[in-house]
Order: sequence, then C-alpha cells, then structure tokens
Amino acid sequence: MPEAILKVFRGEKDSGTFETYKVPIEEGMVVLDAIHYIQQNNDPSLAVRWNCKAAKCGSCSAEVNGRPALLCKSRMDKFEPGQEITVQPIKTFPHLKDLVTDVSWNYEVNKKITPFTPAPDANWTFYQEDIERVQEFRKCIECFLCQDVCHVLRDHNRKDAFYGPRFMVRMASLEMHPLDTANRLKSIKEDAGIGMCNITKCCTEVCPEDIHITDNAIIPMKERVVDEFYDPIGKFLKSIFAGK
Amino acid sequence: MNETTAATHPHTGMTTRNDSWWLAPGLVAVGFGIFVIYATFRAFENNFYEIGPIISPFYSPKLPTPSWFPFSAAFLILWMPAGFRATCYYYRKAYYRAYFMSPPACGVKVWGSQGYCGERSFPFVLQNLHRYFFYLAVLVLGILWYDVFIAMFSEGLNISVVSLIMLANCILLSGYTFGCHANRHIVGGGMNKFSDAPGKFKLWEFVTHLNEHHMGWAWCSLFSVGFTDFYIRQVAAGVFSNPTLIPFH
Repeated sequence: MPEAILKVFRGEKDSGTFETYKVPIEEGMVVLDAIHYIQQNNDPSLAVRWNCKAAKCGSCSAEVNGRPALLCKSRMDKFEPGQEITVQPIKTFPHLKDLVTDVSWNYEVNKKITPFTPAPDANWTFYQEDIERVQEFRKCIECFLCQDVCHVLRDHNRKDAFYGPRFMVRMASLEMHPLDTANRLKSIKEDAGIGMCNITKCCTEVCPEDIHITDNAIIPMKERVVDEFYDPIGKFLKSIFAGK
Repeated sequence: MNETTAATHPHTGMTTRNDSWWLAPGLVAVGFGIFVIYATFRAFENNFYEIGPIISPFYSPKLPTPSWFPFSAAFLILWMPAGFRATCYYYRKAYYRAYFMSPPACGVKVWGSQGYCGERSFPFVLQNLHRYFFYLAVLVLGILWYDVFIAMFSEGLNISVVSLIMLANCILLSGYTFGCHANRHIVGGGMNKFSDAPGKFKLWEFVTHLNEHHMGWAWCSLFSVGFTDFYIRQVAAGVFSNPTLIPFH
C-alpha cells in the first residue's frame, strides 16, 4: 500500500516541533483522514478540531503545504506520491495546541456589527433577483480561512483596524438586503476599516464555498463607501436629480 | 512517529508553500514592465503615429501642444487610460502582488510589514478616484471608436489590416472598460431592490458577466492597444505594409 509522509506541527502556544509520520493511503482519502490515522495509530493526543467531515462545519481549518485549507476538503490524491505534506495550524489566530487555534476574536467582531434591521411595517414579499446576491454570502461556513490568509490580519496583525473579509461579507449581506434599513457605511469605513483591504483577493482564493468575497462583497462595499465619502460630484448630482 | 525537528514556532520563514507561487507575480511584473517601457518609449518618440487619417491610440485625439510643453501630445492623453488602469481593481491586485509584494502570493509573507495603511492614506487613498478615471476612459474610448470609423469609411469602405486591428482593439478595450467594477456599481450595483428597476437589473447582469472576466479583458486589451500602436508605427515607418482587404470606392 502506498504511503504518504506528513509533517505535522505538534506543540502548544506557538512553540513545538514538526513531527513526521507515515500514513498508508487509501482511495478517496483526505488529509483529515490521515490526521485521524495518526491519532488512532501513533499518538491519540494529537489535537485537531473537526466535526462534519463534509466541508460544511468550517471546523478543520489548517494550512496544508502552506495554503489555508479545510483538512476534510484536501484530497490526498492531489499530492505526488512520496511528496512531503506539511500540516500547520492557521497562522492568524492564537495557537492553542497542535492544529487547534483560538478563533474567538471573530465572534467578538461579529457582535460589533449592526444586525439586520427591517422596517417595522416591512412587506416581506420580495423577488429572487432582490435576494440572489445576498444568498451567495449566506453560504459562508465561518471556517475563517479568509481571515487567516488576509495579510492585514496575518502579517500586519491589524486586528485593531480591520474586521477581515468574513465580516466584510456579513456587512455586505446586510447592506445589500432589500429589507434592511440600517446604514452601516460609516462603520464599514471607520470601524471595520475597509480601506485596509488592498483587494489582493487571497480571501476569494481560499474560500471553500467559492464565495466571490472580493468582487461581490468587498469591492461593492468600497464603491458604496466612495459614494458616501469620496465622490463629491456624484453626491452633488444625486442631491439635485434624486432630491437626496 | 519517525522524525522530529528542533523546537520552533509553527510559522517561520516566508512561507511553507512548495508550489511555484512566485510564477504568477513574476509574469505580471515582466508583462507590465514590458508594456510600460514600450509605452514610455512611444510617448517620447513623438513620430510614426499617423498613416493618412489613421492615428495611433497612443496619440488619439491629435491634440496641439503648446510651445512651452516639452513633451509629445501623447502625454496629454495617456494619463487618462493610465489612471484608469492604475486604479482598476484588477490591476491593483496584480501590482500590489507583483511590485509591492503585499503579499506576493497567498500565504506568503508580505515584504516590509511596518506602517501598513492599506488604501486609507496618501497616495493609495487616491484609488477611490477610480470612477472618475472610468468616465475619462469612456471619453477616450469613444474617440478610439471614431478613429475606427474614420479608418474604415473615410475614403469609401476601406477595410485594411490596420483598420481591423483597430476594430479588435476597440472591442477589447470596450469589454475591459465597461466590465469595470466601478461601472458595475454605477449601472445598478448600488441598488438593494432590483425588482424596482428591471432595466437596470438587466444592465447590471450584463456588466456583471463582463466583470467576471475582467482580468482576461484587462490583459487582452493591454496587449491589443500596444500591438495596435506598434503596427501603426511599423507601417508609418515603412517597415510593414497595410494591405487593403476589401476596397470600395
């Protein structure tokens, strides 16, 4: 039976070692299966967060050969036989143990966003074309791979100035909702720090749900911020023609 | 367990990626570099940009230059499409990766992590002017379409190699210009309820379709505008000929 060579980070609180394991490969195997094999046959103390094994819970986020990915969606057959496979915890969030990190910062950020605010007398009938854009954003499984790969959070560690792509998606889903009445543009510009994003699209590249984070969420929000704060001519013309 | 390495942080060095992550930014850097060098050379050359009524896209419209202006007329024009491309959302991604290495590729450490402000302070806050450059680019594009008309119809119907190259260039430039993210927002992206304006929704859908291939349009149109100027230059310099394919007088 062919074997895969896995280099898995083992340790706690940012200090540890890469340990090498040999794992027999079976058809249809994913990296999470290999990690489970190591748990069962080499070391049951290997810590990994996982749940559904169907790429829907967003729990098993890690970095495979340096690329942020879900362990359960990383097929072993995409690697060359004998190729070393490096498995690390995600970089952006505090390391706890082995492949597990503390992503609770994200839940704190989420609380800061003005929630869905429909008008009290809202007509709850709306059309597919009104809701289609927002439905794409609802596919998010909160794996936080986009947060992990975003260089503003990952390399510059500017969690004080930028909410990250996941929450740009959430804010876009609220701002574009046909029944929402809240205006979050000032918050998107100042608190969420959309200007920190230089749209290098890594969030889109790693999204396991194929959400077009940059093109459909961040850039449209940037354009709305431009409407409000950087386009005096457009604003003036709107005030004349639309009476706004 | 077979082997153990020395104690370390889980993330050290530039990256643990072992694929050719450097290839895409490298190709972008070379591709842009070649175009910028060629366009700069042509703008300074100030010659070989006309064949009868046909004019190179780098010099169109043909503007008179004041005597005190030390450069060619191309400098009065090129800042508009150059500004449009420099502030374009696709090109921003491309050059931030290729030249600023911010980051060079996903999961690869940025170059110089001190004092990063994104697009919140000068000069990058000027990226927010993209829509103004879009309006100017539409103006220039309209002139280039007029040039195609002149090239084909100024002396009866006259389909030559140059006029077909100019036509292809305008088609590619139109796909790039009208598929821009700013245009996508202007035609309807700012709305929340498309059912209130079905016409705007259709237009937004069309622009969205163009926008999905924005990178392809960007590169093809960059190549075509350079190639159109190059071909006109070679014909004007007598190096290439400009055979007429369908003459009607």
